[in-house]
Amino acid sequence: MKIRAQIAMVLNLDKCIGCHTCSVTCKNVWTSREGMEYAWFNNVETKPGIGYPKDWENQERWRGGWKRKANGRIVPRQGGRWAILANIFANPNLPEIDDYYEPFTFDYAYLHNAPELATSPVARPISLVSGETMDKIEWGPNWEEILGGEFARRSKDYNFEQVQKEIYGEFENTFMMYLPRLCEHCLNPSCVASCPSGSIYKREEDGIVLIDQDKCRGWRMCVSGCPYKKIYYNWNTGKAEKCIFCYPRIEVGQPTVCSETCVGRIRYLGVLLYDADGIERAASVEDPEDLYEAQLGLFLDPHDPRIQAEARAGGVPEAWIAAAEHSPTYKMAVEWRIAFPLHPEYRTLPMVWYVPPLSPIQARANAGAVDMAGRIPDVRSLRIPVRYLANLLTAGAEAPVVSALERLLAMRSFFRARQLGEPDDMAVLEEVGIGLAEVEEMHRYLAIANYEDRFVIPTTHREQAENAYELRGTCGFSFGNGCDAGELRPGLFGGAMGQRKLSPIRFGVE
Amino acid sequence: MGFATALNEFLFGIYPYIALAVLLLGSLVRFDREPYTWKSDSSQLLRRHQMRLGSNLFHYGILVVVAGHFIGFLTPDWAIDWAIGPAQHELMAMLAGGVAGLIAIVGMSILIHRRLGDPRIRNNSRKWDIAVVLLLWLQLALGLLTVPFSAMHMSGSMFEVLVTYVKGIVTFQGGVAALLLGTPIIYRVHIFVGFTIFLISPFTRMIHIWSGVGSLAYLFRPYQLVRTRRHTS
Repeated sequence: MKIRAQIAMVLNLDKCIGCHTCSVTCKNVWTSREGMEYAWFNNVETKPGIGYPKDWENQERWRGGWKRKANGRIVPRQGGRWAILANIFANPNLPEIDDYYEPFTFDYAYLHNAPELATSPVARPISLVSGETMDKIEWGPNWEEILGGEFARRSKDYNFEQVQKEIYGEFENTFMMYLPRLCEHCLNPSCVASCPSGSIYKREEDGIVLIDQDKCRGWRMCVSGCPYKKIYYNWNTGKAEKCIFCYPRIEVGQPTVCSETCVGRIRYLGVLLYDADGIERAASVEDPEDLYEAQLGLFLDPHDPRIQAEARAGGVPEAWIAAAEHSPTYKMAVEWRIAFPLHPEYRTLPMVWYVPPLSPIQARANAGAVDMAGRIPDVRSLRIPVRYLANLLTAGAEAPVVSALERLLAMRSFFRARQLGEPDDMAVLEEVGIGLAEVEEMHRYLAIANYEDRFVIPTTHREQAENAYELRGTCGFSFGNGCDAGELRPGLFGGAMGQRKLSPIRFGVE
Repeated sequence: MGFATALNEFLFGIYPYIALAVLLLGSLVRFDREPYTWKSDSSQLLRRHQMRLGSNLFHYGILVVVAGHFIGFLTPDWAIDWAIGPAQHELMAMLAGGVAGLIAIVGMSILIHRRLGDPRIRNNSRKWDIAVVLLLWLQLALGLLTVPFSAMHMSGSMFEVLVTYVKGIVTFQGGVAALLLGTPIIYRVHIFVGFTIFLISPFTRMIHIWSGVGSLAYLFRPYQLVRTRRHTS
């Protein structure tokens, strides 16, 4: 057993209001640059929908993640090492920028300069790539916002598999939920496995997956290798970029920008201890429906003194073991089993987990015919089909999702009664298999969601790894080669002699 | 020594060493000082159209052509003389090189059409990007033009002169430039453009050729990579 620690995230979808504050703050901090306009390290999609980039969940098409061979070994779905190298000159599985969206600005000046016209002047969109006027903006990071677009297109959502989806196209039966997405910082990342340069790596100390920008050669195999399509090719610098889990903040004990700014308090960050030796075995189990349980099996009990001793011996710092004991992600994923990985069938063992959302009871149930499963409504009468959530979160296994939804409903029922001054309804807790202390803690974490409960992040002792004296007077965090911006300054290796046009807008009005 | 001889001596006796020195030192300096600029600079994300056909044809074609040049010119005599004579050797080079060269130039023509004709790619091309594709197209065309000239000297004698020259250059034997006097001009232009490509490589996207060779290490590494900050000493 080799114990490692990782900062994992849980998102409580039950409370996500789809405000996009996470996306916007993330964009402002990390991707508001030329070449990355189209890239959203964090985006919020409305489900059902085909998402961003278009149809990203369709791995028959994009061939991301892993596949299990007949002999039980797993290889990247886009091919083994030889196949990846053979495709290096033109990646057959790479999305085009239009699958995300063509970045644009508007010709605002025309609003001021326009001559006298019969109609009001219009600021037309101009492509930031070609500099040409665009007829129409076709797609974006949340194009299907709140059921936007026709059902025929949205219903191509991969998660409708084995769901009688036709009835959900009717207004009376429709449903929706928000899905904030970011890099999953997987235990078995297929982007790392796909990189011919070996530039992508997982950090041993906190599990964050990063791309070494100096080693990336722009072979773009990671873009197709990642099934979540959360690696973006910067078309200006020619390097791949991805969510860095705000590691400069995590290292000093602060939550990521998306978590810090979440107005719904839906995000949780905490340490999970896991057995690194078991990763390949867990990712290779035969039945995809077993992958969720297999991944849960990797997480170790931080309260167990033997585990603590082994972690200590393996070099996990004391503060991290203490943080693991108070980890909100451990409670939600392992103790209460209300959080699930996103698409475990990709076999990447993702480390950003989701609490499935509750949804209104179907209309007919309200009309007096509520299907009750004991003291709480049958979760199958919720508007969002259980099968849909199971396809999203457990590779189709419905039982764990049903259990989680029931626990959430029971918690609501229990606290509603308490709020009304009624005696504690212990029977409803028994039905779903949780105790009084547990439900009170669940309520504290899920409903109250205090800052210090949501974020339990130990600091990284960076000073032990590098000499602060040598860092004095340096640039700190920057893009490029230290203080040199790398690309944009004139120089012998790609500057004045061959500089890209920094602002490709040629649109002019007489 | 007349001007023509002196020029010949410079272009084919001295210039090759300047070009190779700049290639090696320039690549080394760029790798060390500007690693962030070291990349293949793919434009596939911006336009998928024509990329798969053009890029694959060009790259696979040029790989065979380059490998053929290395094998044809640098294999020691003792390793090859027992098997085939210079005439067969020349015929092989003409056939294999001709076919691979044709594939490469078709691919490169598609890529040039894409680079100059597509507004997305055109607008995001550096001057060097355009210069490189045009130069490579020119070099492929020159290389293909040597095939009919070689067909006029099927004895293999011309081929042997060129082999002796290239081997002389890489083994630092002075005076080999004189061998090229009197050879058809097309060979000499091809050789000159070839060394010019070496010369400019460190300043262009062509440095990714080194990385292409380096990526073979991928075949031998484990899928997962983990880095630690901890001092391991």
